[in-house]
Amino acid sequence: MATYKSVETRYMEEREELFRGLRNLDRRSFLKVSAAALGAAAGLAAPHSFTPVAVARGAEGPDAEPAFRFAYISDSHLYEKHVNDRFVRGLLRAVDDVNHLDPQPDFVFYGGDLAQLGQVKELELGAQILKNLKAPLRIMVGEHDWYLDLGEKWRELFGEPTYSFDHKGVHFVVLNSVVEADFWTARGMTPMERMMTVAGLDNGLQSSFTVGEPQRKWLQEDLAKYPDDARVIVFSHSPLYKLYKQWNFWTDDAEEVQAILQRFKQVVVIHGHTHQLLTNRIGNIHFHGLLSTAWPWPYAPEGMPELTIQMSRPDPFNPNDGCGDGEVHVHPDGLVDKVYNLWNRNPLVVSRAYTASWGKESAPPVPNRPAY
Amino acid sequence: MCGTRLLHSGPRSAIVGLALFALLAAPPPPASAAEEPGRDVPRDEHGAATAEHQEQVLDKLMPETDVSKPPPGFDPILWAAFIPEDNALTPQRVALGRKLYFDTRLSDDNSVSCATCHDVTRGFTDQRAVSEGIGGQLGKRNAPTTLNAVLLQTLFWDGRSPTLDHQARQPILNPVEMGMPDGAAALKAIGDDPEYQKMFKAAYGREMNYEDLGRAIGAFERTLVFMDSPFRRFLAGDDGAISAEARTGWELFNAKGRCMTCHPMNPSNPLGTDNRFHNVGVSARHQDFEGLARQAIKLLQEDPSEQKLDELAVGTDMSELGRFMVTRNRVDTGSFRTPLILNIAITPPYMHDGSLATLWDVMDHYNKGGEANPFLDGGIEPLALSEEEIDQLVAFLFTLTDVRFAEENQRQLGHQQAVAKKERPIRDEAMASRLTLPFEQRVMGAKSTDQ
Repeated sequence: MATYKSVETRYMEEREELFRGLRNLDRRSFLKVSAAALGAAAGLAAPHSFTPVAVARGAEGPDAEPAFRFAYISDSHLYEKHVNDRFVRGLLRAVDDVNHLDPQPDFVFYGGDLAQLGQVKELELGAQILKNLKAPLRIMVGEHDWYLDLGEKWRELFGEPTYSFDHKGVHFVVLNSVVEADFWTARGMTPMERMMTVAGLDNGLQSSFTVGEPQRKWLQEDLAKYPDDARVIVFSHSPLYKLYKQWNFWTDDAEEVQAILQRFKQVVVIHGHTHQLLTNRIGNIHFHGLLSTAWPWPYAPEGMPELTIQMSRPDPFNPNDGCGDGEVHVHPDGLVDKVYNLWNRNPLVVSRAYTASWGKESAPPVPNRPAY
Repeated sequence: MCGTRLLHSGPRSAIVGLALFALLAAPPPPASAAEEPGRDVPRDEHGAATAEHQEQVLDKLMPETDVSKPPPGFDPILWAAFIPEDNALTPQRVALGRKLYFDTRLSDDNSVSCATCHDVTRGFTDQRAVSEGIGGQLGKRNAPTTLNAVLLQTLFWDGRSPTLDHQARQPILNPVEMGMPDGAAALKAIGDDPEYQKMFKAAYGREMNYEDLGRAIGAFERTLVFMDSPFRRFLAGDDGAISAEARTGWELFNAKGRCMTCHPMNPSNPLGTDNRFHNVGVSARHQDFEGLARQAIKLLQEDPSEQKLDELAVGTDMSELGRFMVTRNRVDTGSFRTPLILNIAITPPYMHDGSLATLWDVMDHYNKGGEANPFLDGGIEPLALSEEEIDQLVAFLFTLTDVRFAEENQRQLGHQQAVAKKERPIRDEAMASRLTLPFEQRVMGAKSTDQ
């Protein structure tokens, strides 16, 4: 027969346990605890391991020096300062972080959604803050930047949204993955109505994000001159796979883009939009999400990729918790260590070895609090 | 690592600084006795009231009580949880601890005792920015009060000690505090005293030893429960116990001021501390976190002893790393334990380095959103408090003093008011009202996001 314990009994038992624990926190257990902390620190913290850079390198030992590093900032969702300065402060903080990296990264990648509602003043504010980065800037567009004027201001400030470049033997491709079919003309929407519809998370009005036929064609041609063993890193604002449609964590022609990338030995895709620690691998394609400087999203209620180590639930009092910026360390083989520099938390590294081994090696530590 | 979690539970928090604040880093010189009207008490070479005088004051503050019983108003089970199993409170132990607390023989040059920096007449602190040890050496940290320290989960600004019994042994051996080479030397200094031999025997039933010395001091300190404040009476239902100004301050404390998240104050937790560690940016005014952290990691790998940690934390610039020195967690950089705020009015100056002279300065610090740095706790935000609201918050803080210190509380009010009237070095209204944003000057220099 199972023993029934009343709420009160259980409460008293827990209470006794707590006090026993408090009493037992004598010197001996303290020393044990200290020693454990010290041991952990000794393993983790080699003499130059204070910066997130070194922490990441430590993940694979001294042989795993990356070929180069770049930093990232993403999803700042700026309003004008007089409307809401919290997100402005977030972007400022990220720029400050990146400017203090020593050594400086080769470049800084901005992952899209610089503005919240595509306003001229929001985009200008973002551009003005990003000008203070010490390292060169590469930038991608997000849907919040685009759907007020369909990219007019963004283009004026930053140029074309689809482009590629080579850096130290790696081919980088930047896509506009938030192309939506025209849902506004037939409905007679104003630009602001269109913007607000896209900025809304879950509505039946807007279309799905796509890369679209013209860009896919461009991509095919852009990659044509690269051999199958080329090192390729693709940036997209939305993840180039289908995660959760209700939240637009989704790219509708993802499979067609993946098919273009399939012939390569391995490809890294880095995306914004999801505001969270997110890791996935589909065949030869290794996917990494970017942190937001504005707010963290909860995890999708279904379909989470198995490789993802979910970050723990943010503290609602601390508007910075769950946000951050980070770095990408590119290895000679083209795979990357992804450094999540979570503000007010220890940095977390999803290493090259982790995705390469399908999660069997170098697993990042699972946070000690529940995800959501 | 679950034991570690027990000790350092809770989110770690962090902050960043402006170079121009380097100017403010130098702590103000301690006010001499001559500048303090109404305080013509006999003093020793370190500025503390003499042991004789302190003991007289203490006798008046604390008439003899039965130390085996919890202090008035305490739940016996709760109280028992704060008393180590191997150090139950007995009159013999408390008496021994009290004698040790005032005994300068425990220092290498016979000039410093616990009471030098935890002076009964100064809110059980030294009311100086940082403490003075043997040979006039200055440490890097502000002496926290021993009042109500029994109720803290960890001791020292960085929580590197779990109990008062353990804590009490460290300053005696710290080279810039009491400077004894080791515990044996401390014992030797008092070992010839037959009274001590007798008292140790009576207290612990064995020969004198250094651990019992720490236990006895801890036992004495556990009797220093001073929580009977006007605010406590207000919380218990006596609306008139504090002024209307202070009552508004209490509302601000719980709302616009955002104070209560780290300084919870309620009938079941009257201390006003979350017992956690936060970077609020004080050290960011004079920091080079990265360089200091590398140095600390290297030195603590060479010598991981708790004594080394104590030396580095108290005596070197690595003090500014705060909790990081204990956990070596990056996120703990520049974070310090939330101090309890009972009796806060009588323990100036403030913060881990004593860099803020008055409670008005403390309000100015938080009002401007702390000091931007890479580890700044995200909960620290500009508050847009008006001058009137700052006065109300300070008025509230002055109601947290135990009534037995009413006179010192009044003296501090006058003194701090006068200082604040003359100078408010941290005040920054542009930051407080978000005309200038945190991190803006660091990132954009003289340019602003308005341009």
